[in-house]
Amino acid sequence: MESASTEQQLTAHRDRPVIELDDLDVRLGARPVLQKLRVKLTGRSIGLLGPNGAGKSTLINTLLGFHTPSSGTARVFGLDLLTHARQIRSQIGYMPENDSFIAGMSGVRLVRLMAELTGLPAEQALERTHEAFFYVGMGEARYRDVGTYSLGMKQMTKLAQAVVHGPKLLFLDEPTNGLDPPARARMLQLIQEIRDRGDMHLLLSSHLLRDVEMCCDQVLILKNGRIAAFCDLEEERRQNRRFLELETRGGGAPFVDAIERLGCEAAWSGNGRVKLVLPDGVEVRNIYELASKQQVQIRRMSHKRDSLEDIFLRAMEEKAPVATTGVAPPPAAR
Amino acid sequence: MAVYKRTYHGYDGPLTAEWRRFLVLPRYAFEDMRKNKRFFNFLIFSFAWPLLCLAFVYLNHSASLLRMLRVSTPEILRVDTQFFLIFLGVQSMLGVFVAAFGGASLVAPDIANNAIPLYLSRPFSRAEYVLGKGSMLMILLSLMTWVPGLLLFCLEGNFSGWSWMWDNRSIAIGVFFGSWVWILMLTCQALAYSAWVRMKHLGSAMMFIVYFGSAAFGNAIDAILNTRWGALIDISSIMGCIWISLFGEDIRRVRGTPFFNVHGSGLPLWMSWAMVLLICSFCLYMLNKKIQAVEVVK
Repeated sequence: MESASTEQQLTAHRDRPVIELDDLDVRLGARPVLQKLRVKLTGRSIGLLGPNGAGKSTLINTLLGFHTPSSGTARVFGLDLLTHARQIRSQIGYMPENDSFIAGMSGVRLVRLMAELTGLPAEQALERTHEAFFYVGMGEARYRDVGTYSLGMKQMTKLAQAVVHGPKLLFLDEPTNGLDPPARARMLQLIQEIRDRGDMHLLLSSHLLRDVEMCCDQVLILKNGRIAAFCDLEEERRQNRRFLELETRGGGAPFVDAIERLGCEAAWSGNGRVKLVLPDGVEVRNIYELASKQQVQIRRMSHKRDSLEDIFLRAMEEKAPVATTGVAPPPAAR
Repeated sequence: MAVYKRTYHGYDGPLTAEWRRFLVLPRYAFEDMRKNKRFFNFLIFSFAWPLLCLAFVYLNHSASLLRMLRVSTPEILRVDTQFFLIFLGVQSMLGVFVAAFGGASLVAPDIANNAIPLYLSRPFSRAEYVLGKGSMLMILLSLMTWVPGLLLFCLEGNFSGWSWMWDNRSIAIGVFFGSWVWILMLTCQALAYSAWVRMKHLGSAMMFIVYFGSAAFGNAIDAILNTRWGALIDISSIMGCIWISLFGEDIRRVRGTPFFNVHGSGLPLWMSWAMVLLICSFCLYMLNKKIQAVEVVK
């Protein structure tokens, strides 16, 4: 009973939109940069993908209140951007893409200053600063001038200042930019840890599909300022696990019939290959048992893998927006 | 030493009031200022004149000391409007140096290193940022001008009695409001130069160029064209006209006062106020444009 109610709570929490865009248009000068964005993002960790100039950073800057929408609305945690910009910003942590620091300041002073500006009293700000630095794995270097830091250390400092005040939503703009492989792995590990803790939502903007695939459960792909695709990777993964491709020896129409009697949708594609979709209640183990009964050898079994790269490339090729997976796609993507 | 578990957790502790968060910036600026020994020493030096004036007021009321110094004409040592105009004139001059050297490093480093988005992505507005950065100068210049000015006024009032304070209340008004007009104009200029001139030394130089250059240029126009409108671009003369009105003085009585500058017969008062407003508005407009342009990392 208790677990059921917890599950209901989790479902309700998951369904509550983190970011809602409702026909959002943003113009910079006369140039439309974002056009008619309409989507509800509910994921714990949301990836923002798109080629250069697609509008990823503009969307982040709009959500931070740096750009005013020319029409439409945007809501963060249900708060309207136009009327509650300050409240929204108090719940956001922002890690910008480029170098951003104050010259002549040590890492500790910089992060502490940022914490105090968000409203933490001086003592708590200092304590949280050290916690944040410890969390991102920076030791004594935190007392050095930020201007002398390596790129990796600057990235970690930017992450520390973004999380120091305990935001509910973290904007990460290209967090792995310019990092060497160990530093990149460490950054991704940190992002995954933040995601898995569950008390903070993430919006990760990146060119690197692998980073987004590793860290995000929802992906919004932008192209020319419009939504090119919206994809729930979590749902995608769940569905992919139910889609099997078998390479058999000795199998044929009788084997396919037997699989269908289990309740699966199956199709024979010749050369001993069978494609099937497992319904709920039927597991891979049942297929093996069936094959054993029918003296059929299963020589290879693979899950369908529609990688993010496939989705991204398809979105870039197609003119109309793409919506993937079972969850209700955004209205614009329908 | 505290040992922290290497994990992240949210913050649910107390928060400071939103209206006073801008005061964090001057606190950090003062910490930085203390590291700059030359600037700090100059600041200490700028309190020498108020101390001398305090000694002067004390001396004026110490008959035994006057006798000892063989000063027999107390008229020479009168504490009146001219005394306070000289006091303010010297301190406002030193204020230009403080604004030039202290103001140049207020905004420029933030712009040079893309720090503006870090400030403004928090519940912290552009206006609060400007107010926070400017308040460091405003506090310093206040400590140099109207705070010691009013202390002098109170000391003289203490010696001369309540009736002197009441009869000369326009001096207190002049010191307080006159100082604030000067402080606001210097602060706006210092922030605007700091934002637009990337090199720190050039930013400081701009302040001197505008302040002393405008006075020289204004005088040159007056002399060559035989007019009084050169005063319009002479900041010290504009301020002189405003101070005279705030002190409730007559321009003929105070002309020639050391460290006090008014061109010819001065400008119409409304024109002086209009110029101050114009200068401050233009500086704030330019500052706003610059910050708006760099608040998004490109």
